[in-house]
Amino acid sequence: MPGLPFHTAGPYVFAAYIVFFTLVVVYVAIMAVRLTRVQREVVALTELARQQQMDETPPTP
Amino acid sequence: MARPAQPISAQATYGSGLRKLTIAAAALMLLALTMVFFWVPNDADQGFLQKIFYIHVPLAIISLCGFVAGGVLAIFHLRTGDRRWDMRSYVAIHLSLVFAVGTLITGSIWARGSWGHWWVWSEPTLVSFLIVFLLYATYQPLRFAIEDPERQARYASVFAITCGAFVPLNFLAVRLSTQYLHPRVLGETSNLPWKFALTFYVSLLAMTVLFVALWKFEMTAKQTRAQVRTLRRLLTEDRSDFVPASGRSAAPRPDAPLTPAPTTPGSAGRVHPPAPAPALTRTSPR
Repeated sequence: MPGLPFHTAGPYVFAAYIVFFTLVVVYVAIMAVRLTRVQREVVALTELARQQQMDETPPTP
Repeated sequence: MARPAQPISAQATYGSGLRKLTIAAAALMLLALTMVFFWVPNDADQGFLQKIFYIHVPLAIISLCGFVAGGVLAIFHLRTGDRRWDMRSYVAIHLSLVFAVGTLITGSIWARGSWGHWWVWSEPTLVSFLIVFLLYATYQPLRFAIEDPERQARYASVFAITCGAFVPLNFLAVRLSTQYLHPRVLGETSNLPWKFALTFYVSLLAMTVLFVALWKFEMTAKQTRAQVRTLRRLLTEDRSDFVPASGRSAAPRPDAPLTPAPTTPGSAGRVHPPAPAPALTRTSPR
């Protein structure tokens, strides 16, 4: 079978590589969104810990 | 009996070396792409279309190896009872599924260009890979269907081991089949010129490093989430106004209480009491 010319095979090849890189990018983007959620939670917990520390500290006479 | 929770400082960290791995993956991927598009000549038979082979075959190999690795890691989980092995197995299988999706799509694109069809049902290589993919596609729903974390981890490990053993057997059965159209890349019949072979091996190495980097990335994210959940439990255990976020999840929860599975009928899905908190000393107010 003769090889397909560039103008015929090109779109297939680029489509395959684009699919692969899109998959990787989407995967990393999902992980980044989850990381943002964790980051927000860490901020909330830090605030909570600070509040608890302030509650535990007795007022100075 | 409930096992004592591990001190946070003693827990394994996955983030170390992640930056180096990411850089290595990116550099190898760039090198592979440069070799594919600017160095290796076009195939005499397939022409430019053959360049799909440098992405499709490594994706297929790594996804199948990832499924087998998931089974091996699950063996460690069943042997030790350590939930971290379950998490490692889960992440390997999860990532392999993503790579398998890539294999199926890139393979279909190649088939359309080469055979004129998106899919050929009479081709054993294609159908067997689809069977493996569909088998592993049930992994997440299986986990999601089991609410008790301990039981979920055990059943998922058994599934991962059984299916992990099925993957090489399936591969071997297809190899022994003579009725195939799908080209063979590696093996006795392979007569790949050195430039093609070198490009292929660089692509395979790049894909392997990418897989490991993404595995480490997801493990780090999952571990961080687990630590945040532990921290929240520690900070809110004496507060009634704070309801800890919980819910059914397909993903392993290494911070979940390690209590034995409920044995009384109808007790499945009962919420277990929180695990004993790690020994953290709080400084007394002065």
